[in-house]
Amino acid sequence: MAAKPRLYYFDGRGKMESIRWLLAAAGVEFEEEFLETQEQYEKLLKGGSLLFQQVPMVEIDGMKMVQTRAILSYIAGKYNLYGKDLKERALIDMYVGGTEDLMGFILMFPFLSAEDKEKQRAFIVQKATSRYFPAYEKVLKDHGQDYLVGNNFSWADVHLLEAILMVEEKKSDVLSGFPQLQAFKARISSIPTIKKFLEPGSQRKPVPDDKYVETVRRVLRMYYDVKAN
Amino acid sequence: MSGKPILHYCDARGRMESIRWLLAAVGVEFEERLLQTKDDLTKLRKSGTLLFQQVPMVEIDGMKMVQTRAILSYIAGKYNLYGKDLKERVLIDMYVEAIMDVNDLFITHEILLGDERKQQFATIVDKVTNRYFPVFEKVLKDHGQDFLVGNQLSRADVQLLEVILMVEEGKPDILAKFPLLQSFKARISNIPTIKKFLQPGSQRKQPIPEKNIDQVMKIFS
Repeated sequence: MAAKPRLYYFDGRGKMESIRWLLAAAGVEFEEEFLETQEQYEKLLKGGSLLFQQVPMVEIDGMKMVQTRAILSYIAGKYNLYGKDLKERALIDMYVGGTEDLMGFILMFPFLSAEDKEKQRAFIVQKATSRYFPAYEKVLKDHGQDYLVGNNFSWADVHLLEAILMVEEKKSDVLSGFPQLQAFKARISSIPTIKKFLEPGSQRKPVPDDKYVETVRRVLRMYYDVKAN
Repeated sequence: MSGKPILHYCDARGRMESIRWLLAAVGVEFEERLLQTKDDLTKLRKSGTLLFQQVPMVEIDGMKMVQTRAILSYIAGKYNLYGKDLKERVLIDMYVEAIMDVNDLFITHEILLGDERKQQFATIVDKVTNRYFPVFEKVLKDHGQDFLVGNQLSRADVQLLEVILMVEEGKPDILAKFPLLQSFKARISNIPTIKKFLQPGSQRKQPIPEKNIDQVMKIFS
Protein backbone atom coordinates (compact mmCIF):
# COMPACT_ATOMS: atom_id res chain seq x y z
CA MET A 1 0.00 0.00 0.00
CA ALA A 2 1.44 3.33 -1.01
CA ALA A 3 2.24 5.91 1.63
CA LYS A 4 0.57 9.29 1.43
CA PRO A 5 2.45 11.90 -0.58
CA ARG A 6 4.53 14.12 1.70
CA LEU A 7 4.96 17.78 0.83
CA TYR A 8 8.08 19.73 1.88
CA TYR A 9 7.59 23.50 1.87
CA PHE A 10 6.85 26.50 4.04
CA ASP A 11 3.60 26.79 5.95
CA GLY A 12 2.15 29.00 3.26
CA ARG A 13 0.98 29.09 -0.34
CA GLY A 14 3.92 29.95 -2.55
CA LYS A 15 4.62 27.46 -5.31
CA MET A 16 3.27 24.51 -3.36
CA GLU A 17 -0.32 25.72 -3.23
CA SER A 18 -1.26 24.55 -6.75
CA ILE A 19 0.02 21.10 -5.80
CA ARG A 20 -2.15 21.06 -2.67
CA TRP A 21 -5.14 22.06 -4.79
CA LEU A 22 -4.57 19.32 -7.35
CA LEU A 23 -4.03 16.56 -4.80
CA ALA A 24 -7.13 17.70 -2.94
CA ALA A 25 -9.17 17.83 -6.16
CA ALA A 26 -8.06 14.28 -6.97
CA GLY A 27 -9.14 13.20 -3.48
CA VAL A 28 -5.60 12.27 -2.47
CA GLU A 29 -4.73 12.71 1.20
CA PHE A 30 -1.28 14.12 1.85
CA GLU A 31 1.07 14.99 4.68
CA GLU A 32 3.14 18.10 5.05
CA GLU A 33 6.48 18.97 6.59
CA PHE A 34 6.85 22.72 7.09
CA LEU A 35 10.22 24.45 6.83
CA GLU A 36 10.66 26.83 9.75
CA THR A 37 14.42 27.01 10.19
CA GLN A 38 17.55 27.22 8.12
CA GLU A 39 18.76 24.04 9.85
CA GLN A 40 15.83 22.04 8.50
CA TYR A 41 16.54 23.30 5.03
CA GLU A 42 20.28 22.57 5.33
CA LYS A 43 19.41 19.06 6.52
CA LEU A 44 17.27 18.46 3.44
CA LEU A 45 20.04 19.81 1.23
CA LYS A 46 22.75 17.71 2.85
CA GLY A 47 20.56 14.63 2.67
CA GLY A 48 20.42 14.99 -1.09
CA SER A 49 16.65 15.25 -1.14
CA LEU A 50 16.47 18.42 -3.19
CA LEU A 51 17.70 17.69 -6.69
CA PHE A 52 18.27 21.34 -7.57
CA GLN A 53 18.54 22.57 -3.97
CA GLN A 54 15.01 23.93 -4.10
CA VAL A 55 11.56 23.37 -2.70
CA PRO A 56 8.77 22.46 -3.46
CA MET A 57 9.69 18.83 -3.02
CA VAL A 58 7.11 16.05 -2.88
CA GLU A 59 7.80 12.48 -1.84
CA ILE A 60 5.39 10.44 -3.90
CA ASP A 61 5.44 6.90 -5.28
CA GLY A 62 8.99 6.29 -4.14
CA MET A 63 10.34 9.47 -5.74
CA LYS A 64 11.56 12.77 -4.33
CA MET A 65 10.00 15.01 -6.94
CA VAL A 66 11.00 18.60 -7.49
CA GLN A 67 10.00 21.33 -9.96
CA THR A 68 6.44 22.45 -9.48
CA ARG A 69 5.36 21.85 -13.05
CA ALA A 70 6.81 18.32 -13.13
CA ILE A 71 4.97 17.45 -9.92
CA LEU A 72 1.67 18.90 -11.17
CA SER A 73 1.94 17.10 -14.53
CA TYR A 74 2.66 13.83 -12.75
CA ILE A 75 -0.34 14.14 -10.45
CA ALA A 76 -2.59 15.19 -13.33
CA GLY A 77 -1.43 12.25 -15.43
CA LYS A 78 -1.72 9.74 -12.62
CA TYR A 79 -5.21 10.77 -11.55
CA ASN A 80 -6.72 11.22 -14.98
CA LEU A 81 -6.93 14.99 -14.92
CA TYR A 82 -4.88 15.47 -18.08
CA GLY A 83 -7.34 14.87 -20.91
CA LYS A 84 -7.80 11.76 -23.02
CA ASP A 85 -5.25 12.39 -25.79
CA LEU A 86 -2.39 14.58 -26.91
CA LYS A 87 -4.64 17.33 -28.27
CA GLU A 88 -6.68 17.66 -25.07
CA ARG A 89 -3.44 17.62 -23.16
CA ALA A 90 -2.14 20.46 -25.34
CA LEU A 91 -5.23 22.55 -24.55
CA ILE A 92 -4.88 21.84 -20.84
CA ASP A 93 -1.21 22.80 -20.98
CA MET A 94 -2.05 26.06 -22.76
CA TYR A 95 -4.74 26.98 -20.26
CA VAL A 96 -2.61 26.04 -17.26
CA GLY A 97 0.20 28.13 -18.72
CA GLY A 98 -2.06 31.17 -18.69
CA THR A 99 -3.28 30.69 -15.12
CA GLU A 100 0.28 29.99 -14.00
CA ASP A 101 1.41 33.30 -15.50
CA LEU A 102 -1.49 35.07 -13.77
CA MET A 103 -0.81 33.46 -10.40
CA GLY A 104 2.87 34.22 -10.91
CA PHE A 105 2.06 37.93 -10.57
CA ILE A 106 0.49 37.17 -7.21
CA LEU A 107 3.28 34.89 -6.01
CA MET A 108 5.69 37.71 -5.27
CA PHE A 109 3.00 40.05 -3.92
CA PRO A 110 3.62 39.41 -0.19
CA PHE A 111 7.32 40.26 -0.62
CA LEU A 112 6.72 43.72 -2.04
CA SER A 113 6.85 47.04 -0.23
CA ALA A 114 3.52 48.61 0.68
CA GLU A 115 3.80 51.08 -2.19
CA ASP A 116 4.70 48.41 -4.71
CA LYS A 117 1.81 46.26 -3.47
CA GLU A 118 -0.70 48.86 -4.61
CA LYS A 119 0.97 49.04 -8.02
CA GLN A 120 1.03 45.29 -8.28
CA ARG A 121 -2.59 44.90 -7.21
CA ALA A 122 -3.64 47.16 -10.06
CA PHE A 123 -1.37 45.25 -12.45
CA ILE A 124 -2.84 41.89 -11.41
CA VAL A 125 -6.42 43.09 -11.84
CA GLN A 126 -5.63 44.68 -15.18
CA LYS A 127 -4.02 41.54 -16.56
CA ALA A 128 -6.76 39.32 -15.18
CA THR A 129 -9.60 41.36 -16.65
CA SER A 130 -8.03 42.32 -19.97
CA ARG A 131 -5.95 39.27 -20.87
CA TYR A 132 -6.70 36.09 -18.95
CA PHE A 133 -10.34 36.09 -17.85
CA PRO A 134 -11.59 37.08 -21.33
CA ALA A 135 -9.72 34.09 -22.82
CA TYR A 136 -11.30 31.57 -20.46
CA GLU A 137 -14.71 33.26 -20.67
CA LYS A 138 -14.58 32.79 -24.45
CA VAL A 139 -13.51 29.15 -24.20
CA LEU A 140 -16.50 28.37 -21.99
CA LYS A 141 -18.88 30.42 -24.11
CA ASP A 142 -17.74 28.86 -27.38
CA HIS A 143 -18.25 25.23 -26.37
CA GLY A 144 -20.94 25.75 -23.74
CA GLN A 145 -19.65 22.85 -21.67
CA ASP A 146 -19.16 22.63 -17.92
CA TYR A 147 -15.40 22.11 -18.05
CA LEU A 148 -12.63 23.83 -19.96
CA VAL A 149 -11.44 20.80 -21.94
CA GLY A 150 -13.04 17.71 -23.38
CA ASN A 151 -16.25 17.92 -21.42
CA ASN A 152 -14.40 16.41 -18.50
CA PHE A 153 -13.00 17.70 -15.23
CA SER A 154 -9.26 18.34 -15.62
CA TRP A 155 -6.26 20.04 -14.08
CA ALA A 156 -7.12 23.15 -16.12
CA ASP A 157 -10.40 23.60 -14.21
CA VAL A 158 -8.73 23.23 -10.80
CA HIS A 159 -5.97 25.68 -11.73
CA LEU A 160 -8.42 28.25 -13.09
CA LEU A 161 -10.59 28.10 -9.96
CA GLU A 162 -7.49 28.58 -7.82
CA ALA A 163 -6.51 31.61 -9.92
CA ILE A 164 -9.99 33.13 -9.81
CA LEU A 165 -10.17 32.89 -6.02
CA MET A 166 -6.69 34.40 -5.66
CA VAL A 167 -7.55 37.38 -7.87
CA GLU A 168 -10.85 37.85 -6.02
CA GLU A 169 -8.83 38.22 -2.83
CA LYS A 170 -7.26 41.27 -4.49
CA LYS A 171 -10.56 42.64 -5.86
CA SER A 172 -13.72 40.91 -4.75
CA ASP A 173 -15.92 41.89 -7.72
CA VAL A 174 -13.34 41.08 -10.38
CA LEU A 175 -15.65 38.53 -12.05
CA SER A 176 -18.42 41.04 -12.57
CA GLY A 177 -17.92 41.20 -16.35
CA PHE A 178 -17.59 37.44 -16.73
CA PRO A 179 -20.86 35.51 -16.35
CA GLN A 180 -19.46 32.22 -17.69
CA LEU A 181 -16.62 32.36 -15.17
CA GLN A 182 -19.06 33.12 -12.35
CA ALA A 183 -21.06 30.00 -13.19
CA PHE A 184 -17.83 28.04 -13.66
CA LYS A 185 -16.60 29.13 -10.24
CA ALA A 186 -19.83 28.00 -8.55
CA ARG A 187 -19.85 24.72 -10.43
CA ILE A 188 -16.23 23.72 -9.77
CA SER A 189 -16.40 24.89 -6.15
CA SER A 190 -19.24 22.47 -5.49
CA ILE A 191 -17.37 19.38 -6.68
CA PRO A 192 -17.21 17.36 -3.43
CA THR A 193 -13.40 17.10 -3.16
CA ILE A 194 -13.00 20.79 -3.93
CA LYS A 195 -15.85 21.83 -1.67
CA LYS A 196 -14.09 19.98 1.12
CA PHE A 197 -10.79 21.71 0.36
CA LEU A 198 -12.53 25.09 0.51
CA GLU A 199 -13.86 24.46 4.00
CA PRO A 200 -12.07 25.68 7.14
CA GLY A 201 -9.70 23.10 8.59
CA SER A 202 -8.48 21.84 5.20
CA GLN A 203 -4.83 22.00 4.15
CA ARG A 204 -5.51 25.01 1.95
CA LYS A 205 -3.27 27.85 3.08
CA PRO A 206 -4.48 31.38 3.82
CA VAL A 207 -3.37 34.59 2.12
CA PRO A 208 0.37 34.94 2.87
CA ASP A 209 1.16 37.29 5.77
CA ASP A 210 4.29 38.93 7.16
CA LYS A 211 5.12 35.87 9.22
CA TYR A 212 5.23 33.78 6.03
CA VAL A 213 7.47 36.32 4.29
CA GLU A 214 9.77 36.41 7.29
CA THR A 215 10.02 32.62 7.39
CA VAL A 216 10.85 32.29 3.69
CA ARG A 217 13.50 35.01 3.91
CA ARG A 218 15.01 33.47 7.04
CA VAL A 219 15.14 29.93 5.75
CA LEU A 220 16.31 30.66 2.21
CA ARG A 221 18.21 33.87 2.89
CA MET A 222 16.67 35.27 -0.26
CA TYR A 223 13.87 37.55 -1.53
CA TYR A 224 14.84 40.62 0.45
CA ASP A 225 14.50 42.97 -2.49
CA VAL A 226 11.67 41.87 -4.74
CA LYS A 227 10.42 44.28 -7.38
CA ALA A 228 6.91 44.65 -8.78
CA ASN A 229 6.14 43.82 -12.45
CA MET B 1 -2.16 16.44 -45.36
CA SER B 2 -1.12 18.97 -42.77
CA GLY B 3 1.31 21.69 -43.75
CA LYS B 4 4.55 22.48 -42.01
CA PRO B 5 4.32 24.05 -38.57
CA ILE B 6 4.46 27.85 -38.73
CA LEU B 7 6.28 29.69 -35.97
CA HIS B 8 5.30 33.26 -35.08
CA TYR B 9 7.93 35.20 -33.16
CA CYS B 10 10.51 37.93 -33.56
CA ASP B 11 13.93 37.39 -35.11
CA ALA B 12 15.54 36.32 -31.86
CA ARG B 13 16.05 33.27 -29.68
CA GLY B 14 13.85 34.35 -26.78
CA ARG B 15 11.13 31.88 -25.87
CA MET B 16 10.90 30.34 -29.33
CA GLU B 17 14.43 28.95 -29.59
CA SER B 18 13.80 25.78 -27.58
CA ILE B 19 10.87 25.06 -29.91
CA ARG B 20 13.07 25.50 -32.99
CA TRP B 21 15.60 23.10 -31.43
CA LEU B 22 13.00 20.44 -30.71
CA LEU B 23 11.38 20.56 -34.14
CA ALA B 24 14.82 20.40 -35.74
CA ALA B 25 15.85 17.48 -33.53
CA VAL B 26 12.84 15.44 -34.65
CA GLY B 27 13.52 16.35 -38.28
CA VAL B 28 10.34 18.40 -38.77
CA GLU B 29 10.68 21.24 -41.25
CA PHE B 30 9.00 24.44 -40.20
CA GLU B 31 8.29 27.92 -41.51
CA GLU B 32 8.67 31.16 -39.62
CA ARG B 33 6.79 34.44 -39.65
CA LEU B 34 9.20 36.87 -38.05
CA LEU B 35 7.68 39.93 -36.39
CA GLN B 36 9.70 43.00 -37.34
CA THR B 37 7.59 45.86 -35.96
CA LYS B 38 5.03 46.62 -33.29
CA ASP B 39 2.46 46.76 -36.08
CA ASP B 40 3.17 43.13 -36.93
CA LEU B 41 2.34 42.10 -33.37
CA THR B 42 -0.74 44.33 -33.26
CA LYS B 43 -2.02 42.74 -36.46
CA LEU B 44 -1.47 39.27 -35.05
CA ARG B 45 -3.30 40.22 -31.85
CA LYS B 46 -6.21 41.69 -33.80
CA SER B 47 -6.54 38.50 -35.84
CA GLY B 48 -7.64 36.70 -32.68
CA THR B 49 -5.11 33.92 -33.02
CA LEU B 50 -3.15 34.65 -29.83
CA LEU B 51 -4.99 33.12 -26.89
CA PHE B 52 -3.31 35.41 -24.35
CA GLN B 53 -2.17 38.12 -26.82
CA GLN B 54 1.34 36.71 -26.65
CA VAL B 55 3.94 35.00 -28.79
CA PRO B 56 5.38 32.39 -29.20
CA MET B 57 2.53 31.04 -31.26
CA VAL B 58 2.91 27.91 -33.36
CA GLU B 59 0.41 26.79 -35.97
CA ILE B 60 0.58 23.02 -35.84
CA ASP B 61 -1.85 20.20 -36.59
CA GLY B 62 -4.78 22.56 -37.01
CA MET B 63 -4.13 24.30 -33.70
CA LYS B 64 -2.81 27.77 -32.96
CA MET B 65 -0.73 26.82 -29.94
CA VAL B 66 0.63 29.30 -27.42
CA GLN B 67 2.57 28.92 -24.16
CA THR B 68 6.11 27.68 -24.71
CA ARG B 69 5.78 24.70 -22.37
CA ALA B 70 2.53 23.53 -23.94
CA ILE B 71 4.11 23.67 -27.39
CA LEU B 72 7.27 21.84 -26.31
CA SER B 73 5.24 19.15 -24.51
CA TYR B 74 3.05 18.62 -27.55
CA ILE B 75 5.99 18.23 -29.92
CA ALA B 76 7.81 15.94 -27.50
CA GLY B 77 4.71 13.80 -27.02
CA LYS B 78 3.92 13.59 -30.71
CA TYR B 79 7.45 12.65 -31.76
CA ASN B 80 8.28 10.28 -28.93
CA LEU B 81 10.75 12.42 -27.04
CA TYR B 82 8.87 12.20 -23.77
CA GLY B 83 9.88 8.83 -22.35
CA LYS B 84 7.92 5.60 -22.38
CA ASP B 85 5.81 5.96 -19.21
CA LEU B 86 4.75 8.34 -16.46
CA LYS B 87 7.88 7.77 -14.39
CA GLU B 88 10.24 8.52 -17.27
CA ARG B 89 8.09 11.48 -18.14
CA VAL B 90 8.38 12.95 -14.69
CA LEU B 91 12.18 12.59 -14.71
CA ILE B 92 12.25 14.35 -18.06
CA ASP B 93 9.94 17.04 -16.69
CA MET B 94 12.12 17.58 -13.61
CA TYR B 95 15.19 17.97 -15.79
CA VAL B 96 13.62 20.24 -18.43
CA GLU B 97 11.97 22.47 -15.86
CA ALA B 98 15.38 23.06 -14.30
CA ILE B 99 16.92 23.61 -17.72
CA MET B 100 14.16 26.08 -18.55
CA ASP B 101 15.01 28.04 -15.41
CA VAL B 102 18.39 28.58 -17.08
CA ASN B 103 16.69 29.45 -20.38
CA ASP B 104 14.75 32.12 -18.47
CA LEU B 105 18.03 33.64 -17.28
CA PHE B 106 19.19 33.75 -20.91
CA ILE B 107 15.96 35.34 -22.08
CA THR B 108 16.66 38.20 -19.70
CA HIS B 109 20.33 38.27 -20.72
CA GLU B 110 19.54 38.50 -24.42
CA ILE B 111 18.14 42.03 -24.13
CA LEU B 112 20.52 43.50 -21.54
CA LEU B 113 23.48 45.75 -22.28
CA GLY B 114 26.78 46.70 -20.65
CA ASP B 115 27.33 45.94 -16.98
CA GLU B 116 23.85 44.48 -16.48
CA ARG B 117 24.50 42.02 -19.27
CA LYS B 118 27.83 40.98 -17.75
CA GLN B 119 26.25 40.60 -14.33
CA GLN B 120 23.45 38.44 -15.70
CA PHE B 121 25.94 36.18 -17.46
CA ALA B 122 27.91 35.84 -14.23
CA THR B 123 24.69 34.71 -12.54
CA ILE B 124 24.14 32.14 -15.28
CA VAL B 125 27.69 30.80 -14.94
CA ASP B 126 27.30 30.57 -11.18
CA LYS B 127 23.99 28.71 -11.39
CA VAL B 128 25.03 26.22 -14.05
CA THR B 129 28.37 25.55 -12.37
CA ASN B 130 26.98 25.07 -8.87
CA ARG B 131 23.39 23.99 -9.27
CA TYR B 132 22.55 22.52 -12.65
CA PHE B 133 25.51 20.96 -14.46
CA PRO B 134 26.63 18.92 -11.40
CA VAL B 135 23.20 17.29 -11.31
CA PHE B 136 23.28 16.26 -14.95
CA GLU B 137 26.91 15.12 -14.68
CA LYS B 138 25.85 12.88 -11.79
CA VAL B 139 22.79 11.56 -13.66
CA LEU B 140 25.00 10.48 -16.55
CA LYS B 141 27.63 9.05 -14.18
CA ASP B 142 25.13 7.07 -12.12
CA HIS B 143 23.49 5.22 -15.02
CA GLY B 144 26.38 5.33 -17.48
CA GLN B 145 24.01 5.64 -20.41
CA ASP B 146 24.20 7.86 -23.46
CA PHE B 147 21.00 9.80 -22.77
CA LEU B 148 19.61 11.45 -19.67
CA VAL B 149 16.46 9.33 -19.33
CA GLY B 150 15.47 5.81 -20.27
CA ASN B 151 18.43 5.04 -22.48
CA GLN B 152 16.94 6.89 -25.43
CA LEU B 153 16.89 10.40 -26.84
CA SER B 154 14.36 12.68 -25.17
CA ARG B 155 13.59 16.37 -25.08
CA ALA B 156 15.75 16.59 -21.95
CA ASP B 157 18.87 15.80 -24.00
CA VAL B 158 18.00 18.34 -26.69
CA GLN B 159 17.17 21.08 -24.20
CA LEU B 160 20.30 20.45 -22.14
CA LEU B 161 22.50 20.64 -25.25
CA GLU B 162 20.87 23.94 -26.19
CA VAL B 163 21.76 25.43 -22.83
CA ILE B 164 25.30 24.03 -22.76
CA LEU B 165 26.03 25.64 -26.13
CA MET B 166 24.57 28.99 -25.07
CA VAL B 167 26.74 29.11 -21.96
CA GLU B 168 29.79 28.10 -23.98
CA GLU B 169 29.26 31.09 -26.26
CA GLY B 170 30.15 33.31 -23.32
CA LYS B 171 32.52 30.97 -21.49
CA PRO B 172 34.04 28.34 -23.77
CA ASP B 173 35.55 26.32 -20.90
CA ILE B 174 32.33 26.01 -18.89
CA LEU B 175 32.42 22.22 -19.18
CA ALA B 176 36.03 21.92 -18.01
CA LYS B 177 35.01 20.21 -14.78
CA PHE B 178 32.27 18.10 -16.35
CA PRO B 179 33.82 15.31 -18.43
CA LEU B 180 30.60 13.37 -18.92
CA LEU B 181 28.79 16.48 -20.11
CA GLN B 182 31.62 17.02 -22.57
CA SER B 183 31.08 13.62 -24.14
CA PHE B 184 27.31 14.09 -23.89
CA LYS B 185 27.65 17.33 -25.83
CA ALA B 186 29.72 15.66 -28.55
CA ARG B 187 27.34 12.72 -28.77
CA ILE B 188 24.11 14.70 -28.99
CA SER B 189 25.63 17.26 -31.37
CA ASN B 190 26.45 14.39 -33.71
CA ILE B 191 22.89 13.18 -34.07
CA PRO B 192 22.25 13.90 -37.79
CA THR B 193 19.22 16.17 -37.34
CA ILE B 194 20.96 18.13 -34.62
CA LYS B 195 24.24 18.27 -36.51
CA LYS B 196 22.31 19.80 -39.42
CA PHE B 197 20.66 22.37 -37.13
CA LEU B 198 24.09 23.38 -35.83
CA GLN B 199 25.38 24.16 -39.29
CA PRO B 200 25.34 27.70 -40.73
CA GLY B 201 22.22 28.43 -42.75
CA SER B 202 19.86 26.56 -40.41
CA GLN B 203 16.95 28.28 -38.67
CA ARG B 204 18.88 28.41 -35.41
CA LYS B 205 19.01 31.99 -34.18
CA GLN B 206 22.04 33.90 -32.93
CA PRO B 207 22.05 36.31 -29.97
CA ILE B 208 20.50 39.66 -30.96
CA PRO B 209 23.30 42.02 -32.04
CA GLU B 210 23.44 44.70 -29.32
CA LYS B 211 22.65 47.48 -31.78
CA ASN B 212 19.37 45.76 -32.70
CA ILE B 213 18.10 45.12 -29.17
CA ASP B 214 16.18 48.39 -29.06
CA GLN B 215 14.37 47.58 -32.26
CA VAL B 216 13.31 44.15 -31.04
CA MET B 217 12.10 45.60 -27.72
CA LYS B 218 9.93 48.12 -29.59
CA ILE B 219 7.86 45.24 -30.95
CA PHE B 220 6.73 44.41 -27.43
CA SER B 221 6.49 47.94 -26.06
